[in-house]
Amino acid sequence: MTELTTVEQILERKSHPVVRDASAAPTHDMRERLFELEAKGEIIVQRVPEPYIEFTTKYGRRKKIPIEHTWHHKSCGHCGHIPGYASSILWLHRQFDLDYHDPTDQTSCTGWNYYASAASNAAGQASVMARNFAAAYETGYFPLIHCGTSFGHYKEIREQLVHSKELRDEVRRILGKLGKPLVIPEEIVHYSEWVYAMRERFKERQLVDMSMITATVHPACHYYKIVAEDAIYDPEIYGGQRTAVVTALLEKLGVNVADYSTWFDCCGFGFRHVLVQRDFTRSFSTLRKIEVMKNEVNPDVTVTHDTGCVTTLDKSQFSAKAHDRNVGIPVLSDAQVAALAMGAHPFRVVQFHWHSTDWRPFLDKLGVNWQKYWDEFQGDLDLIRAGTKSGITWQDADEPINLTA
Amino acid sequence: MPTTQENWNPGKAENRHPEVTYEEKERLFLEVKNDLRYEEFLYGCYECGICVSACPSARFYDFSPRVIAQAMAREDVERVYDILTEDIWNCAQCFSCVRCPRQNNPGGLVTILREVSIKNGLQESKDALQGYSRVIYKVMLKGNQVSPDMLQPDFFPDWGPWVKNFSENMHVWRKAIPMDSIRGLTDVAWRTDRKTLLELYTIWFESGNMDIIKELDEGLYDLLVEVMEEELEEG
Repeated sequence: MTELTTVEQILERKSHPVVRDASAAPTHDMRERLFELEAKGEIIVQRVPEPYIEFTTKYGRRKKIPIEHTWHHKSCGHCGHIPGYASSILWLHRQFDLDYHDPTDQTSCTGWNYYASAASNAAGQASVMARNFAAAYETGYFPLIHCGTSFGHYKEIREQLVHSKELRDEVRRILGKLGKPLVIPEEIVHYSEWVYAMRERFKERQLVDMSMITATVHPACHYYKIVAEDAIYDPEIYGGQRTAVVTALLEKLGVNVADYSTWFDCCGFGFRHVLVQRDFTRSFSTLRKIEVMKNEVNPDVTVTHDTGCVTTLDKSQFSAKAHDRNVGIPVLSDAQVAALAMGAHPFRVVQFHWHSTDWRPFLDKLGVNWQKYWDEFQGDLDLIRAGTKSGITWQDADEPINLTA
Repeated sequence: MPTTQENWNPGKAENRHPEVTYEEKERLFLEVKNDLRYEEFLYGCYECGICVSACPSARFYDFSPRVIAQAMAREDVERVYDILTEDIWNCAQCFSCVRCPRQNNPGGLVTILREVSIKNGLQESKDALQGYSRVIYKVMLKGNQVSPDMLQPDFFPDWGPWVKNFSENMHVWRKAIPMDSIRGLTDVAWRTDRKTLLELYTIWFESGNMDIIKELDEGLYDLLVEVMEEELEEG
């Protein structure tokens, strides 16, 4: 038998799904360190509540994903600018009567600001995280992080806290002023991991056929690049070579997921750039992401799982269109796609009207008479304007609709 | 001039900022190096360029995460000062560069460099963040990074006519959201308890964050302190 060259060895290795071996992982299992610190009385580790499902992460460790009893750590960008993202996540919980808590004792992780301006420090950032986690612990609910930035930021801070006694001492001192203990959850869980865990159950309740849809996926940098060992990988999805969240959901719902060459590139968000230096953001998101997708696979929609990515990819397309670039792909989160598949109202729940890039062709292709639901929503707004209705509530929004009937 | 053993100085940049003393540049460099994260973020550099190939900022700016890792690893004080004053605000903080085979984290190094720049009041950082102060004000005071009322045509003209449509309908659209925690709110992303905000203010004071803001923007500092101290006293 001839010996394989280095390149042939690489090609051979990549020709079959990656087998992950937790015992050979190149990084430490953070949970072991957390439990050691707890045994010394330094921290409290909040356990993942049952029921949970375990999934394989990048280096083979199993991560517990809670199904309910979750404390919804909201995202600034979702709630401020794309509220259908957050309401879709909660709507999905409500469809299965899952116990959850939508807290008002929560602040931003302030990570967006930190990555944008650095106008903070390690103790400040760790204390903000620890205050939120202590608030969740006090309620008995387990944190489910909506924002990719918060998810990545908290994973980094957890590492810093584990590695630095000086930082732990300082954070404990600050928390002492608030009367709170230093709590770190057993797992830091992103909502898209919960979506991944629930995909079979979503499929069982799917009302809208999505088999005619081609989608591209943008994996969020701060989900799988920061503290990479904490992201879910599945040999069935991309042979385990890329994170499985988002793509696994779409495939389960029957969507044709198309690949494109710049999948690894970031969206161009840039934290500071998207707010005050958008020439970079607009150029990168349209020239390196949207136009590449359009030229290579011409998808009906692109789907991602983070605040900044939805905002950047969606909002940047208007100005690129003005320059006759080949753009025009609606952008949604995985939670919004799942909710739509299960019959969520396109405007009361998914809130399409907060998205800039034209989403009508996508709904047309699905066979959803969006005009009918828009008119219905306008009726809601008229009642609100007239003062006869204070607002839309879950009572108005909970019931799934056969959108293509 | 021919290269000799005496004048040959591999990997050391020329002095492009003679107005700042070498000792001051060295002090700033050591502040970066002594950060508790530094050892985890830099292990050397193969010069392979994998970080550059993944870097979005390298495609649009004269910016290189490899140069940052190299300069730090070589302890090239002059080059690090150039980076502090010219490069760090171009980084998109996406951390695509952490695919480094040497396990470096150039994006993390930029984070430390930015912190040092802010803490020391470097003018270049003040300039880079000039238009950003109102966001810092929002997040430190309200506990949210962005709010619906930021969506105004004069702030986001490049986001298309949708922004105008939104700003005109903001109050009624915000009431048409089923989540109790955000319904009807326009000046914040979600409803936050007063007690929670007071705890946040306490964190800013106790962790030294307010000192950082004072160095960055004294006017912003005065505004924040006035409101926070009043709220904390009442609370």
